[in-house]
Amino acid sequence: MKLSQGVELVSLLVLTAMVVAAAMGVVLSPSIVYAAFLLGLVFLGIAGMYLLLNADFVAAAQVLIYVGAVNVLILFAIMLVNRRKVYREVKLGAVRQLVAIAVCVSLFALLLYTNLNTVWLLTPEVTALPSGIVTLGQHFFNEYLLPFELASVLLLVALIGAIILARREFVPDRGEENLELVERPKELVAVKEE
Amino acid sequence: MQVSLDAFLVIGAALFCIGIYGLVTSRNAVRVLMSIELMLNAVNLNFLAFSNYLDSATIKGQVFSVFVITVAAAEAAVGLAIVLSIYRSRDTVDMEEFNLLRW
Repeated sequence: MKLSQGVELVSLLVLTAMVVAAAMGVVLSPSIVYAAFLLGLVFLGIAGMYLLLNADFVAAAQVLIYVGAVNVLILFAIMLVNRRKVYREVKLGAVRQLVAIAVCVSLFALLLYTNLNTVWLLTPEVTALPSGIVTLGQHFFNEYLLPFELASVLLLVALIGAIILARREFVPDRGEENLELVERPKELVAVKEE
Repeated sequence: MQVSLDAFLVIGAALFCIGIYGLVTSRNAVRVLMSIELMLNAVNLNFLAFSNYLDSATIKGQVFSVFVITVAAAEAAVGLAIVLSIYRSRDTVDMEEFNLLRW
């Protein structure tokens, strides 16, 4: 075994343990704040796995976008909506949990079975390019130009949509008792006579 | 022993199943969004694994994973805004209380 292969194997094992344990923590941790920080750990571990897969640009994008933006956004959302409150018990709660566990475990078994019984068309030798960034850029600006531009439009739409959804539209004034409906006055729609 | 494609696929499958479990059983709406992010990351891991082992000359899987990351960021922003807006109107983030569409 060459040294590079050994390093690759060991780092994959460490990253796997980290990612799976942190993902279980995200799902099972009673505190939502810890869950959010563990989610950041999952993102970092997956970025490490991307590096093992020769995808340096995507790893950098993962760290910047997921850890830097999405995780911070989730933390802000938790700060805004976190109210410690005991959830009401639901009917058949334990049964639901068991069914969910059964479905997830069987799905995992199915995926594992499919994976181990498939012969993949592996390329004979993994020809690692010096850096995939040039190839990636050529893809983006040749055959994937339209999706690339659409992605920017999508981001703009999401930005505006998130602002409109999240802004507090009417702050009712506290001074006087106002029994009017706090709502934007709607224009009357003319009813068309049949 | 060389790191193979199967290892990454198994990790992706495990992460996806954990994400589905969290999506189905969580009561907190923010945690549901976090589970969706886990599932999207599992998908990305599969894309990159296939791109590295089956298509290492033209790495098209990386292109798709960049698009997935973009859409995931947009989804997180809009999803959290919706959670915030529901929290204002219902005063809770409990998924079981969101029964506005029940008839």
